[in-house]
Amino acid sequence: MKAFTLDHAADAQDALDALGAGATAIAGGTNLVDLMKLQIAAPDRLVSIRRTGLDQIAPDGEGLRIGALVTNADCAADGRVRRDWPLLAQAILAGASPQLRNRATTGGNLCQRTRCGYFYDTTQACNKRAPGTGCGALGGFNRIHAVLGTSDACIATYPGDMAVALLALDAEVLTQGPDGERTIPVGQFHRQPGDDPSRDNTLLPGELITGVRLPAPSGGMQIYRKVRDRASYAFALVSVAADLAMEDGRIARCALAFGSLGTVPWRDRAVEQALVGETPSPALFDKAADVLLRDARGFGENDFKIVLARRALAATLAEATLSNPAKG
Amino acid sequence: MRLPFSDMYNRPDERNLLDRTGQGLIGKPLDRPEGPLKVSGAATYSAEWNLPNCAEGVLVLASIPQGTVREIHADPVLAMPGVMAVIADKAMVRRSAQGTAGKAPAQDVTTVEYFGQPVAVVVAETFEQARDAALALRVDYDPAEKPVPLDPESPQAEVETPSDSKPIEGGDLDAAMREAAFAIDVSYDTPGHASAAMEPHVTIAEWQDDRLILRGSYQMLSHNVKEIADCLSIKPDKVRIIAPYVGGGFGSKLGITHEAVAAAVAAREIGRPVRVVMTRQQVFQTVMRRSETRQRVRLAADAGGRIVGLGHEALVSNLPQEDFAEPVTQATEFLYGGDNRLLKVEVARISRLTAGSVRAPGEAVGMQVLEAAMDELAEAIGMDPIELRKRNLPATVPVEGTPYSSRMLVEALEAGAKAFGWDRRQPTPCQTREGDWWIGHGVASAARVNMMVPAEARVTLNPDGSALVETDQTDIGTGSYAILGQIAGEMLGLPIERVKVELGDTRLPAGAGSGGSFGAISTGSAVMRACEAIRETLAKKLGCEAEELQLKDGVASGGGKQQPIAGLVQEKPLAETGSIKPGKTAKDFSQASYGAFFAEVAVHAFTGETRVRRMTGAFGFGRVLNAKTARSQCLGGMVWGIGSALTEELAFDLRDGHLVNHDLAEYHVPVHADVPAIEVILLEERDAAASPLQAKGVGELGICGAAGAIANAIHNACGVRVRSFPLTLDKLIDQLPDPFAPATAKVA
Ligand SMILES: Cc1cc2nc3c(=O)[nH]c(=O)nc-3n(C[C@H](O)[C@H](O)[C@H](O)COP(=O)(O)OP(=O)(O)OC[C@H]3O[C@@H](n4cnc5c(N)ncnc54)[C@H](O)[C@@H]3O)c2cc1C
Ligand code: SF4
Repeated sequence: MKAFTLDHAADAQDALDALGAGATAIAGGTNLVDLMKLQIAAPDRLVSIRRTGLDQIAPDGEGLRIGALVTNADCAADGRVRRDWPLLAQAILAGASPQLRNRATTGGNLCQRTRCGYFYDTTQACNKRAPGTGCGALGGFNRIHAVLGTSDACIATYPGDMAVALLALDAEVLTQGPDGERTIPVGQFHRQPGDDPSRDNTLLPGELITGVRLPAPSGGMQIYRKVRDRASYAFALVSVAADLAMEDGRIARCALAFGSLGTVPWRDRAVEQALVGETPSPALFDKAADVLLRDARGFGENDFKIVLARRALAATLAEATLSNPAKG
Repeated sequence: MRLPFSDMYNRPDERNLLDRTGQGLIGKPLDRPEGPLKVSGAATYSAEWNLPNCAEGVLVLASIPQGTVREIHADPVLAMPGVMAVIADKAMVRRSAQGTAGKAPAQDVTTVEYFGQPVAVVVAETFEQARDAALALRVDYDPAEKPVPLDPESPQAEVETPSDSKPIEGGDLDAAMREAAFAIDVSYDTPGHASAAMEPHVTIAEWQDDRLILRGSYQMLSHNVKEIADCLSIKPDKVRIIAPYVGGGFGSKLGITHEAVAAAVAAREIGRPVRVVMTRQQVFQTVMRRSETRQRVRLAADAGGRIVGLGHEALVSNLPQEDFAEPVTQATEFLYGGDNRLLKVEVARISRLTAGSVRAPGEAVGMQVLEAAMDELAEAIGMDPIELRKRNLPATVPVEGTPYSSRMLVEALEAGAKAFGWDRRQPTPCQTREGDWWIGHGVASAARVNMMVPAEARVTLNPDGSALVETDQTDIGTGSYAILGQIAGEMLGLPIERVKVELGDTRLPAGAGSGGSFGAISTGSAVMRACEAIRETLAKKLGCEAEELQLKDGVASGGGKQQPIAGLVQEKPLAETGSIKPGKTAKDFSQASYGAFFAEVAVHAFTGETRVRRMTGAFGFGRVLNAKTARSQCLGGMVWGIGSALTEELAFDLRDGHLVNHDLAEYHVPVHADVPAIEVILLEERDAAASPLQAKGVGELGICGAAGAIANAIHNACGVRVRSFPLTLDKLIDQLPDPFAPATAKVA
């Protein structure tokens, strides 16, 4: 680790001043410190934003405003979140471990970096870590990598869970920066790699995430299904966030987002359009999967994700729409 | 004092002394005495010693697979804050030593043999300075002109029969296969495994004149002393190792590893103590791996389900010249019958970190495959898999004809089946669905060779009626402190509070060390023998025959006399050193611990995720010394079985040979949520051929076959037979039955 200084910002403005002066924000530190140990991040100046007071959950019209420093544990335990946006609580609880969730924050979670092994190994080529060096995962061990939204430069996933739920819930990221406040739909927060994988998201230099806004609850059936190699404490191989309502035996409304499938939390309105107004059936789910995966491309070890996504989607839709989906 | 037996264990000690003593400590599920220290953080693990003036070393790993170091650009790094030295000494080791090597492994780190091999150590005032400098150090390499392949399956890989593993051949297997009523010929593969001990490898080296003191995390101190001395070209008696607490080893700390030599060399060079702690990634990349295996199993059975032919051939890998070859067929040699047989292990020479002992070398992966293949045979015959196993237990070891010292396999299968509810298992797959999950059940035998190794221990009976047990035996979290105290307390008739156990210091008599499940029976036997010698003296002092002597709660009685033990000792402590060495019993008998595993799994009908819902294991391993520590060993073993079955896999990038998943985030060991209720049944047994304690090894038994039971349960659940471990969902999903089929069928 490189030597660094650490200051505590007393409020958002204090934090912005520090960021403006070149400091890096540290929240829970559960991702940043690991990156610093390996010198993938090597800031010489850290500003802790844990005492900025941005750790409140408050009503926002019919919606909810979750401060950037609300811990994942607190967010998932909040009565309003659990009642009206259970998808979010489920997604958070499906991630990491209780110790990490006690520490990890809403803003930090959105900004967590990929788990690509080549990114974390400084002996390896990686365009995200060291632009222009190539992509080690292409042609390497890429079992956990993306099949949607990839580019020749990078095939890494955004690995998190929380953002997938937020995407299905039409949440927005609230920021404050040198040029004032911004409201960024979650779907526009993360960046596909294109030819510049080094930038994971659309946050501008010196910009601070102040919170996340959830719109009014949909009242629909909400399911987060995370498929992973072990029962807990593993990143998703594929995850599905669904918020869906039925009317007269037909799908009346549906929002679907997918994690660890694409380079960013993935939402494709065409999939939803294929489902809305239809009577749920295995054939319909297959059709939706065809739409979702029309451009999917595997890179060897991760080919299975294309099959898995189809099956995970079917399982989720069956659970949400068929009264007794899979009883033998 | 003359004992009725020599050091060499040449004939079974059938006196079963521990059944005749009266203290009642043996077998009791006593807590580990050091437990409170460990859970309260008061036990000092190696890295935690605070030596004055201690500098910190961090290893620098090679970033090429093979070649030579052309130049190390030390100067810029030496100018960094706190940096004292950049060392690439000829004494430093390229490979870690194999268990019981007792001599230096391959040295001279200017040659690079595998990606991630240490090539230098950077020493600085603080760990972070040293790590920063280690990352910054530029090393130039010349790639090897004739590299060995990175892939064991490469046609260029040289394949050898290891020196110590002769093929076992009998009859005509090919003919038996041709003529058999039922024949199974299947290939399985298992991936490389990491030991993944909780405590990373660490050494603090301190020179006092020409004497070297190492505080470190090792499993076999008396061998490690010789290894480090050989590396440094000094006399073993100049080396002292202190390792009272070891945070797990699982084989990876059997032999001396890179950080120990680097710390010793660095401490000598800078004239200060040096601590070298490996990072988690370094442990994964450099220390020791279990080889991946490709195994072909052939089983030929007659119409009655009797095995007439058995083939088990394995391809494993290691670095060139390395003696160790994963002994995959070790238990196959004696487990089931079939006189037409061919058992053989071959080793491919490749460039990957040293392959060596990891968690039950041989049986862990050999049994899991054999037991999966047995399930395939049972299915082909249409016979209950337990019945198939019972029918095929030979009277003596096939080909060799050696008798079994003891074998509780049938009892284990029966006791386990009863506890598990095996009779409720559906014989054909895809019969039980609960919601989205297919439910299935599987069984496997457990078998692990029993080994005794030379061990010594000193027992001192003090005038105050307390006793002290001393040996350099390590306790790697398994319960050495507990059981050695129990044995001494039992033999000397003392309550457990009156017995103190000191371990893990090479100033003490050389115990067996922790490895191969032999620590308890070997060092325990040495303790027992020391106590026997003390008992002889006590009998004489009391004035009775040794056989008459009863020692209980600090009181000696016999021959009509009675006296407090303390009174017999008087002012001078009674100290005896007990010793045991393997002798004829090791050859005259086939010795192994046995058991049976039962697993219930759920396989997700859509996603193929497999979760183990419950497991039962029943085990017979001679005398149970401590029911709690033995149970914990069996439990832990079955947890490793879950890992081996479902998640663990070292993933190497075949382009440059680097290990991709070199941390615990992506090398998946089971976490709590993966480990369901596990029932452990301990079957009491006496095996006098195995040790004077009538006990056999238990440490590794719980792994040996466990993954097979899980694989068999997966097949029973969803009908898919995957012959490539770990059984991750990607290997299942496209073979699973249509997840909607049952519902559709019901509606229709
Ligand atoms: C072993 C392990 C397992 C994990 N498993 C999962 C999992 O299964 N699912 C999952 O979703 N996640 C998982 N995580 C990731 C975890 O959720 C993230 O590490 C955590 O959410 C990051 O939050 P933090 O507050 O600690 O961020 P930090 O580490 O403090 O910061 C991360 C980044 O965000 C930036 N940042 C933080 N807050 C702000 C802000 N308000 N404005 C602007 N920038 C900011 C920082 O500058 C830094 O670049 C796992 C992590 C670990 C270590
Ligand atoms: S996938 Fe992306 S993060 Fe991974 S090596 Fe390639 S460029 Fe780097």
